[in-house]
Amino acid sequence: MAAKAGKAARSDRASGQLELVSVEAPSARPVGRKAPVRRAVTREPEPALPLPEPPEPAPEPEARKPKRRSTAEEMATRQREISISEFFTKNRHLLGFDNPSKALLTTIKEAVDNSLDACEEAGILPEITIEVRDLGFEGSGELTKGEGRFVVAVEDNGPGIVKAQAPKIFGKLLYGSKFHRLKQSRGQQGIGISAAAMYGQLTTGQPIRVVSRTGKGKPAHSFDIQIDTRKNSPVVTRDETLEEWAPEHGTRVDLEIVANWQAGQKFVNRYVEHTALANPHCTVHYVRPKQERLSFPRATSELPKEALEIRPHPHGVELGALMTMAGDSKSRDVRGFLQSSFSRVSSQVSGEIVKNAGMKERVRPREIAADRDLAEKLHKGIQATRIMAPPTNCLSPIGDALMRQGLVSFLSVIETDGPEGEDGQLDLDQAVKRKGKGKGKAKAPEPTPDPAAEAEEGVEKIKGHEYFIATVTRPPRVYRGNPFQVEVGLAHGGSWPADKPVELFRFANRVPLLFQRSACGITEAVVKTDWRNYLLSQPKGSLPVGPMALLVHIASVWVPFTSESKEAVAHYPEIIREIQLAAQECGRKLAAHIRKRQHADYQAQRRSIFELYIEEVALAIGRIVERSPDPIRREFMKVAEKVTEADLESQDAKLEEAAEKTSKRPRRSEEDE
Amino acid sequence: MARRDPVAKRTVAKIEKLAESVLRSVKGGGNPFVEIPVRSLANVRFNEKKRVVELGGQRQKRYFFNVSMAKKFMQTFLVSDACKELVESGKTTSIRDLYYITKHSIGDTKQNTFEEQDESDPIIEDLEVALDTLREELHLFASRKGTMVGPITIRDSGDTIDLRRMGSGGWGVPSIVEENVIQFVRHEAKYVLLVEKDAVWSRFNEDKFWKRQNAIIIHGGGQPPRGVRRLVQRLHRELSLPVYVLVDNDPWGFYIYSVVKQGSINLAFESMRMAVPDARFIGLSSFDKMTYKLPSNVAIRMDDGDVARARQMLAYPWFQAKQWQAEIQEMVRSGVKYELEALSRRGISFITEEYLPTKLREKDWIA
Ligand SMILES: Nc1ncnc2c1ncn2[C@@H]1O[C@H](COP(=O)(O)OP(=O)(O)OP(=O)(O)O)[C@@H](O)[C@H]1O
Ligand SMILES: [Mg+2]
Repeated sequence: MAAKAGKAARSDRASGQLELVSVEAPSARPVGRKAPVRRAVTREPEPALPLPEPPEPAPEPEARKPKRRSTAEEMATRQREISISEFFTKNRHLLGFDNPSKALLTTIKEAVDNSLDACEEAGILPEITIEVRDLGFEGSGELTKGEGRFVVAVEDNGPGIVKAQAPKIFGKLLYGSKFHRLKQSRGQQGIGISAAAMYGQLTTGQPIRVVSRTGKGKPAHSFDIQIDTRKNSPVVTRDETLEEWAPEHGTRVDLEIVANWQAGQKFVNRYVEHTALANPHCTVHYVRPKQERLSFPRATSELPKEALEIRPHPHGVELGALMTMAGDSKSRDVRGFLQSSFSRVSSQVSGEIVKNAGMKERVRPREIAADRDLAEKLHKGIQATRIMAPPTNCLSPIGDALMRQGLVSFLSVIETDGPEGEDGQLDLDQAVKRKGKGKGKAKAPEPTPDPAAEAEEGVEKIKGHEYFIATVTRPPRVYRGNPFQVEVGLAHGGSWPADKPVELFRFANRVPLLFQRSACGITEAVVKTDWRNYLLSQPKGSLPVGPMALLVHIASVWVPFTSESKEAVAHYPEIIREIQLAAQECGRKLAAHIRKRQHADYQAQRRSIFELYIEEVALAIGRIVERSPDPIRREFMKVAEKVTEADLESQDAKLEEAAEKTSKRPRRSEEDE
Repeated sequence: MARRDPVAKRTVAKIEKLAESVLRSVKGGGNPFVEIPVRSLANVRFNEKKRVVELGGQRQKRYFFNVSMAKKFMQTFLVSDACKELVESGKTTSIRDLYYITKHSIGDTKQNTFEEQDESDPIIEDLEVALDTLREELHLFASRKGTMVGPITIRDSGDTIDLRRMGSGGWGVPSIVEENVIQFVRHEAKYVLLVEKDAVWSRFNEDKFWKRQNAIIIHGGGQPPRGVRRLVQRLHRELSLPVYVLVDNDPWGFYIYSVVKQGSINLAFESMRMAVPDARFIGLSSFDKMTYKLPSNVAIRMDDGDVARARQMLAYPWFQAKQWQAEIQEMVRSGVKYELEALSRRGISFITEEYLPTKLREKDWIA
């Protein structure tokens, strides 16, 4: 049954991709929104708001003077506050609810990300059940074709949610525990699950149903929560205490949504597989319509190192944020504000900053919040001061060993007959290009097993296939005052197709990134790496080609995404460089393996070539001397066993030397192809 | 059956001996090998006295249990086996045919015992030297090329053939021209003229040069094959006819002459049977361009390969004579080469009516 999931994840990919392309979320940020949806991009300099369209176009030479259509007063009657919920209703694509198939994934993803965050924060080994129910199927016995009504349920064994908090968490956008802190977590802005709830409400009219219990002996509460989109506030339509609820603690959400399982399941499958891969401490059960339950058991019972919360580093703060922080500060003066709100600001450093800013020490934070010029002075002062890099122990990478275990269990769940040949990448741009191409199902040649060779380090045998696995975790680094850390893992060989681009799995804070592959900084870094140095082929400006899956994870207190849809990592040179360094390190391990493998293959080949030659020679000599070839063959084989490997190896060495002398070719340079 | 033929019997015995020696060494636990005289410039000597190129004493062992030799070892026995069968059945075939006879895929691999004829031809030559047999004794012949006409009657496999009546095509020289196949019946020839090319030979034939001059004219289509060389040697020895060689004025032409004269590096082991140390080089000389006023626009620029080859030839022991050094040096100096056809610039039959008669009359050749 595990096999089915693996296959399903890869089958009929091409057919579904096209339709998604046309509705893919625009990566451009909306301008002029009222409530700031705070995503990573807000850290980049805010582009100047475009000037409002001039009310009257410049008069054309012969145009008559246009008639006034409306007055300021009339317009004033129409101007009113827009609630975030209303905004979302119109701009659901910004949060990943572009269309029913993507909405299915996004709903699941928001709930699962929350569950994982909550478990990790509470120090609980997560066990999560994801369930997709096809209401059409349950009614008629026929799977829904295309769009239809589905229920998505996600249950965790996390800390649960206090009764009083539940309504706001699920019924109010921009409500959460993670926005006001700098800490590596999946969720960030307190919008995810309530957005999913709202999507359900909008498309089916059904409220989100929540069950949660915070501990043994405590009651389990169940709610139906609706959102008053006008006010962005929760309306609890049902509130019960459950007598019976099996889990000791945890949370379950049920969302009824309009979705497209047919087209969207491949994304969900992939998301589930990859979540299990990047979270080897987590057990995931996956229940789907008309399919057997699939389980990804945890590969380790060690919780990831706790991610610590840090204060922002002064060098990463922008002017607007600086003013907001100053406004929130309870400190009496600017130095106190700097010391208490930022990391790495000692009293000496705060003194220097104030001096470099040329401001008085007694300035109050409130004044800074109110005075743009003053704030700008301070901002410049900060930039002019040398400040120690932020602490990096706040990060929680997957780690070399667990990445390996994750890859192994990932391969054992998804692997049986090997991945489907057709286009392994969930890349929407690629899908368009590849559409219509034949389904070549080329497979890597089976390596000849060499019984004499002992198991090579890094080689794992999974379901009858041999994979070489290498992992690298880089030391933490800093971009724009934000600590981040890059990890790369690769699995080479097995039954991955040898003539296709490698599978690139991108992760940010352990969350799989499934869309916008080509817009992603991770992809850029991998493409810029010269994999030919590591014995893979690589067309210019493309991913390397070979039987390989490449996993890239970036962990950060603040992952810079290119857009609100959190689908691609921004192209910061510091990040790209780190990814390249990690990829190179992995690549070197891979090259050593490939070389070893080639050598072993060669030896096995050589041995069998001798045997084949012996056959020929025995037959020929047998005919010449008019005797049976069998005893002749046996005599030859006897000698063959005696002729030591060492003899042949020294002959090889000599041959190689000779070959080298005759053909001293220069190393392939960057330019040639 | 051909078994009764003593030559065939001897050949078969040699092949069997080779196989037995391999069996013996394998039985003794040794790495079996075939010993083959080295056929390269390093193992070739110019015998000043006999004026032929001879094979030296260097021998090379071809082992089976050796990464680089195993395949050739195997091939040697595939060829041996096939030759033994040919000899025993009394059939003769071409070396191309032998390539097809011995070619097959190895086991269930995509590899073949021989990939190309280029692989099997040298194995045949190896076997000839290793067994000290002639190619004909292995019942093999090379592709036949070479044509002859002239005032001579011969017998070929029992058929009497008058080479004065061969029309425009001439008589095709077979690969095997030993006495048991070809006999000379009667002739009124005064000399043999060996020309390099088919096209030039046709000019001589059409102009009935052989009739006017009482000459046997023969060509070998470039480097003459063994049959042509052996036949020329027999005409020279048995009928005491002087041999003149007419080749292009380029390093390749000179080399052809030297092969006719004293044997090739590759077939040095057969020099005694084929070389004509008295063969005379009649043209095209590097100095003919002056003597016969060849315009410079019929010259061909030598390329780097030509120059290198010419320089190499300067060092060959058999080109040490002053005249030869002068010929080669002049070629290198001028940097140009001429084809025989360049003489047609002076008239289509200039070569047969003027050039060659003049040269012969003036004894303008190199011996
Ligand atoms: N399964 C859960 N168990 C415990 N707490 C939860 C759970 N789901 C949500 N929460 C709490 O509810 C808050 C709001 O969740 P929500 O998904 O709306 O926002 P977020 O996760 O903070 O940010 P993002 O919008 O990026 O997902 C979270 O910050 C968390 O404190
Ligand atoms: Mg969330």
